[in-house]
Amino acid sequence: MTVWDGQKNERERRLRDGRHLAKGKVVASADATRLLEAIIRPGDRVCLEGDNQKQADFLAQALVQADKSRIHDLHIVQSGIVLPEHLDLFEKGIATKLDYSYSGPQGGAVARLLNSGKVELGAIHTYIELFARYFVDLTPHVAITVARQADRDGNLYMGPNVEDSPVVVEATAFKQGIVVAQVNEIVAKLPRVDVPGDRVDFIIETPQPFYVEPLFTRDPAAITETQILMAMMTLKGIYQPYGIKRLNHGIGFNTAAIELLLPTYAEKLGLKGEICTHFALNPHPTLIPAIETGWVTQIHSFGSEVGMDAYMAARPDIYFLGRDGAMASNRMYCQVAGLYATDLFIGATLQIDLAGNSSTVTQDRIAGFGGAPNMGSDPHGRRHPTDPWLKAGREASSAHPKLSRGKKLVVQMIETFGKGLSPSFVEKLDALSLAEKLKMELAPVMVYADDVTHIVTEEGIANLLLCRDADEREQAIRGVAGYTEVGRGRNKRKVEELRARKAILRPEDLGVNPLDVQLSMLAARSVKDLMTWSGGLYDPPAKFRNW
Amino acid sequence: MQTLKLRHRAVGPLKGKRNTGIVGVVASGNCEALFERTPSEKTCEVDIRTSVVGFDEVWKLVVADFVERASPGGIRVSINDGGATPDVVMLRLMQGAALMEGN
Amino acid sequence: MTGTHASNQRSSSSSAESAGSKVLDQAGMSWFLATARHRVENLFEPGSFVEFLPPSERVVSPHLDTFGLPSAFDDGVIVGRARLDGTDVLVAAQEGQFMGGTFAEVSGAKLVGLLRAARDNAELPRAVLLLLDSGGVRLQEANAGELAVAEVMRAVTEARSAGVVVVAAVGGRAGAFGGAGLTAATCSAIVVSEQGRIGVTGPEVIETNKGVEEFDSKDKALVWSVVGGRNRRLLGGADIYAEDSFDGFRKAIGEALKRASPFSLKSLRAEQKRLAKRAKRFAACEQAVDMWKELRVPDPAAIRDMDDASFIALLEKHGETSHDAR
Repeated sequence: MTVWDGQKNERERRLRDGRHLAKGKVVASADATRLLEAIIRPGDRVCLEGDNQKQADFLAQALVQADKSRIHDLHIVQSGIVLPEHLDLFEKGIATKLDYSYSGPQGGAVARLLNSGKVELGAIHTYIELFARYFVDLTPHVAITVARQADRDGNLYMGPNVEDSPVVVEATAFKQGIVVAQVNEIVAKLPRVDVPGDRVDFIIETPQPFYVEPLFTRDPAAITETQILMAMMTLKGIYQPYGIKRLNHGIGFNTAAIELLLPTYAEKLGLKGEICTHFALNPHPTLIPAIETGWVTQIHSFGSEVGMDAYMAARPDIYFLGRDGAMASNRMYCQVAGLYATDLFIGATLQIDLAGNSSTVTQDRIAGFGGAPNMGSDPHGRRHPTDPWLKAGREASSAHPKLSRGKKLVVQMIETFGKGLSPSFVEKLDALSLAEKLKMELAPVMVYADDVTHIVTEEGIANLLLCRDADEREQAIRGVAGYTEVGRGRNKRKVEELRARKAILRPEDLGVNPLDVQLSMLAARSVKDLMTWSGGLYDPPAKFRNW
Repeated sequence: MQTLKLRHRAVGPLKGKRNTGIVGVVASGNCEALFERTPSEKTCEVDIRTSVVGFDEVWKLVVADFVERASPGGIRVSINDGGATPDVVMLRLMQGAALMEGN
Repeated sequence: MTGTHASNQRSSSSSAESAGSKVLDQAGMSWFLATARHRVENLFEPGSFVEFLPPSERVVSPHLDTFGLPSAFDDGVIVGRARLDGTDVLVAAQEGQFMGGTFAEVSGAKLVGLLRAARDNAELPRAVLLLLDSGGVRLQEANAGELAVAEVMRAVTEARSAGVVVVAAVGGRAGAFGGAGLTAATCSAIVVSEQGRIGVTGPEVIETNKGVEEFDSKDKALVWSVVGGRNRRLLGGADIYAEDSFDGFRKAIGEALKRASPFSLKSLRAEQKRLAKRAKRFAACEQAVDMWKELRVPDPAAIRDMDDASFIALLEKHGETSHDAR
């Protein structure tokens, strides 16, 4: 006879094994490892959030301490490999297989683990892609989530750091998996409910609040003149002519420079209201001056940023807030917003090849993708027109205007030489060499050549939409690659032709006055300035306080 | 210390009346560039003193591109370099030319 | 929301519409970030600054070449004369980014020459501004540098004795340490901004000599609370607090020129007395914030995070901290 409720029965067995450690849903922090040993089975798919910012750090430690004879061969399916404990799981043999998105701070360690053969890598995903697979073929058996507060029914409150949790919990709970939450405190009544209690099986109050990685704080004092030049070129050469209102900015000093030039340089260009009004964006502190000067209409966020809580709560017209008044993020929704409802993605990368493929992978670092390949891709399912989308589409194609789709602008901003004078433009991506070495089926490419529309360097802007064949593309890329080998290998005559066609724009073609390129042009010169702009509402993390 | 003396023909004289101008600072990763007018309207002289040895080729390329981009005829540029990257050198050169073209 | 305006602006954007160098109001620009040259070009009445020994004279260090180090055409000190809000002044500005703004043979001689000229020539402006931005003596020219510091200090006091007002302004990246800290102390008045740090021994040197327990130079917040402009101003180690902008410094320097007290044996004795009192009063304080508490500043812990305007308002209310004993 066919069994139709095997998963449900399995869930009941595991709950029974765990319940003797719980009072209702509450488990003592001292019993955390025992609980995990009771409810996790060898070979399980486990999501241990593991987000971009917030970390279920206490339960990560608890899982690392589990008895390997009871829990082993786990398949970790989580977006962020951020904590050392996430890697310890593999070092100890508790986990063996990994599907993930992002490993910024642990990029070096992930590369070493992959080299050591201790990790069987499924794939490196974009966030939205991994979340999608939670509902198809990577549904977690156990999800370990993290919240600021819980009540005794298991309802969870996450404050601004909701992030991945709703999608992780739904995929797990509705497919008969088990959900465990670590919480900073258990209270009688929550300010708001981010995850309903009927999806949560166990809660553990931790001795320490969970860790949040401040990822999006960029100290204005560290922005260079070259980055300011590139930001000015981007504003005049891309944002202005395309009229970019709806957009996403990657993390990095280049985009921070753009944000800090809005109230100064872009204001003088008369662009207020014409560009940068609607963002799918984490709460970047460097956007505060633009918000305070009335540039920004609204921002939806993937996650939060340390120190921004009070500021966001005091700007309800700008951010998405819960009824409790605190910002509410959601990585899934915001990634979808960034994919379908923005007209431009701009971000930094580490290497670009002659076709325009780009990657942040180097021989000894695999930082993963996060959201960039999603933001930085042209959604073929998009059907609503906007001016920038249509203009980019027209530049790219000569088909009948009513039958040619528009195109999302995907801009890569990169200085021709990176850290230690390593060239940013290369004939062969390190990602490709790495894929060959590790026998990966796909090289970890961040943004594929056919998605990137513009490359901005200090030498100029290459508009790849206006290139008609592979040779033109290559020359356009060489034409902004500065004094790297790739740049020096340009065909000068062809590059000048491309420039005449505006497929290459130099600062002087854009009317960027080099004398304007100065640090004082930034609306804020320091983290302290950002705090002052916020009227004292922004509370910078300790490591950014130098006063 | 290394000294480079580069001489170029420019299309025409650099605009503007200003006689001298200086941009940048001698610091790590930075350089100063002193601009002065010379009587010869079609030549551009660039004298470089740098503490970083072995980048002659790049200096030559940067200066050649600058001459093409700014047409700085009748100008002598004297650079004291603290190890500036090519992007910074080009920025300083373009800033110097813009300064001389101004009031 | 869809874009509502046609985006055919490429042609207009490439026409060199002159963003010019006045995109930002120069007045609001950061003193901290500016170069020395930028400071002298923007602090004064437009066009009034005239440089002595400009870069084209190429009066450079005769020593740096020996060390394989690049020289600067002004050796990191700009000297000249200018008008500040109607007042004729002589000015010297150190470039903190070149060799840390250090005192050396040429840079020192330029400072000394300017001060002695003021001392000796009644027809020259009766005010000298020292825009300090220096970590002290240039190690590669240590003997000349130490000598220069001594000569500068002597020249400052002699100029003051001759009736010249000498104002030090501190708010650059290098602060005013070593010889620059000593020089500042000899001036008629000191202007400082939040970012301005004043001291004799730099934080790193204290840590090296006395251990990290005594002073952790990597703890930027600690360093700031001790040597930073707000503490210096609250304790009277600086006279006038400037907002970090050209406007802020222009205003503060103007005020310093007016307020500078006469230089006499009497004023020196009074200063000595106040310093002794101060040393006693704060002897038991462990942290800067304890000293601010001792000064009866309301909510001393809030000082570090408040903005310049609030801090200036606080200073106006707490006159007790406004005296010239440094």
